[in-house]
Amino acid sequence: MTELALRGSLVSASAAAARRKTLNRLRTGDLLFRYLTRAAALTVLGILGAVIVALVIGAWPALGAFGFGFLYTESWNPVTETFGAISPIYGTLVTSIIAMLIAVPVGLMIAVFLTELCPMWLRRPIGIAIELLAGIPSIIYGIWGLFVFAPFLQQTVQPLLIDLFAPVPVLNALFAGPPYGIGVLTAGLILAIMVLPFITSISRDVFEAVPPVLKEAAYGLGATTWEVVRHVVLPYTRVGVIGGVMLGLGRALGETMAVTFVIGNAHRISASILAPGTTISATIANEFTEAVGDLYTSSLIALGLILFVITFIVLALARLLLLRLEKRIGA
Amino acid sequence: MTPRYARRRRRNAVAMGLSLGATLFGLTWLVLILGTLLWQGFGGLSLSVFTEMTPPPGAAGGLLNPIFGSLVLTALAVLIGTPLGILAGTYLAEYGRHDRLSTVVRFINDILLSAPSIVIGLFIYEVVVAPMGHFSGFAGALALAVIVVPVVLRTTEDMLVLVPDSLREAAASIGLPRSLMITRIAYRAARAGMVTGVLLAIARITGETAPLLFTALNNQFWSANLNAPMASLPVVIFQFALSPYADWQRLAWVGALIITLTVLMLSIVARSLVKTGKTS
Repeated sequence: MTELALRGSLVSASAAAARRKTLNRLRTGDLLFRYLTRAAALTVLGILGAVIVALVIGAWPALGAFGFGFLYTESWNPVTETFGAISPIYGTLVTSIIAMLIAVPVGLMIAVFLTELCPMWLRRPIGIAIELLAGIPSIIYGIWGLFVFAPFLQQTVQPLLIDLFAPVPVLNALFAGPPYGIGVLTAGLILAIMVLPFITSISRDVFEAVPPVLKEAAYGLGATTWEVVRHVVLPYTRVGVIGGVMLGLGRALGETMAVTFVIGNAHRISASILAPGTTISATIANEFTEAVGDLYTSSLIALGLILFVITFIVLALARLLLLRLEKRIGA
Repeated sequence: MTPRYARRRRRNAVAMGLSLGATLFGLTWLVLILGTLLWQGFGGLSLSVFTEMTPPPGAAGGLLNPIFGSLVLTALAVLIGTPLGILAGTYLAEYGRHDRLSTVVRFINDILLSAPSIVIGLFIYEVVVAPMGHFSGFAGALALAVIVVPVVLRTTEDMLVLVPDSLREAAASIGLPRSLMITRIAYRAARAGMVTGVLLAIARITGETAPLLFTALNNQFWSANLNAPMASLPVVIFQFALSPYADWQRLAWVGALIITLTVLMLSIVARSLVKTGKTS
């Protein structure tokens, strides 16, 4: 009997040891996996930090040489090595403004159509089509803009604009000069087509988040569809719509390839939006591989830093606004 | 019908007409762009495009080396970016769903998601190309990987959050450690969505040009050497489209068609995956 009991306890002792070993292994594995995922999350933060640090270091020689003058000097001369960022900054802002002036109203109206007017069976196909427009790579817009859109503008739209606004005081300066086809206006229009789907899909999503009770109450009072959109849907989703617009703006500011094809890459500020210009991203894309000399390269990196700072601010604001809407809908 | 009522009706009709018009306007561009692309691209499409190297100006040739280069760069970028994105997404959804680190990472990731890709190119130039002293395919793949991470992270987190907690509780109740619960249960439940994320990331980098311009650069010849400049489809399209040679421009259109069809196919497959994942 004692022998048997002894053997039993021996068996259970070795089993317990084996179990302890397995549990320990699992526990270490658990801990390792947890740290691994945490490290990955921290790496994402690290990437952003590294981008900023690398750009600042790369831009330092240029910023040191030109100081704040870099931000408002127009001269961009690789031969004498004087560089100023104002004309690319100007081009970036103007093309983005043109893009937003067109894409925001059109995008919002498409979202209204999709949420209020469109028959149910058509909603999905049209929604998908608009999102496909968002998926087309920017270089495709560029090549299409260069070979199809710019010649079309040059031959039909731009002469018309020049003739139309010639007698109007301010506008004749804005639409002056020979129709080049490529230029600031063309780049702005291509950007408008590119950001349209972003604005549409975000506005559609936030419009759909409006509680049906609110809309039904307005309809019950006899409001028309447009009045419901104007006085119920838009006020309720204002924050989200602004967030979506800012997200589109962020895209437009940083867009490179589509703009590079059609802007003309001219380092000057013209009053006319038909004239060729340049943007920050187009300048970098066109000149970086050909840049000779540390100061030239560094100036281009400084341009990149400026672009990153501008888009960072715009995108951060966009996210904060969208988060605010999410919280309100969640609450 | 009072005049006021008639006015409201009229205004409504105008606004609804405008919204219909805006939709037609948006769809017109899609049709125009895809139409031109198909028209110009299919004209130049032939077997030699897939079997011959990029030609010098004035000669016949194909796009074999840039197609190969794009495949290599994309594969490498996905291999580097996906594990990082999935692991970070796992932390956000499983371990730190509400902690401060997750909030910050989520916010930063959303910004990386739409950060200008040319800036990513500059960053990789600064940290990889400049120290190494030469352009390389490896640098190009790294630049693309930086673009892959936020896309995969976002979809992984979104999909893991959708996995019902009762599954996690069931796993915990039979004594499964947390890491196994995540890898064996949660990943399996969210698999379709996570694959979708990877497909979307591939679709995103297939057409990316800006970050490759000064990392992988370009190569006129066949090269499988990751330590040397490497051709890629988007960069070749950029170079050929802006050239004055008709042959090159035709090849640029063919390349554009190949890229667009790839991207559209990937996004359609990704979409159908999510759909079936939801119903099952």
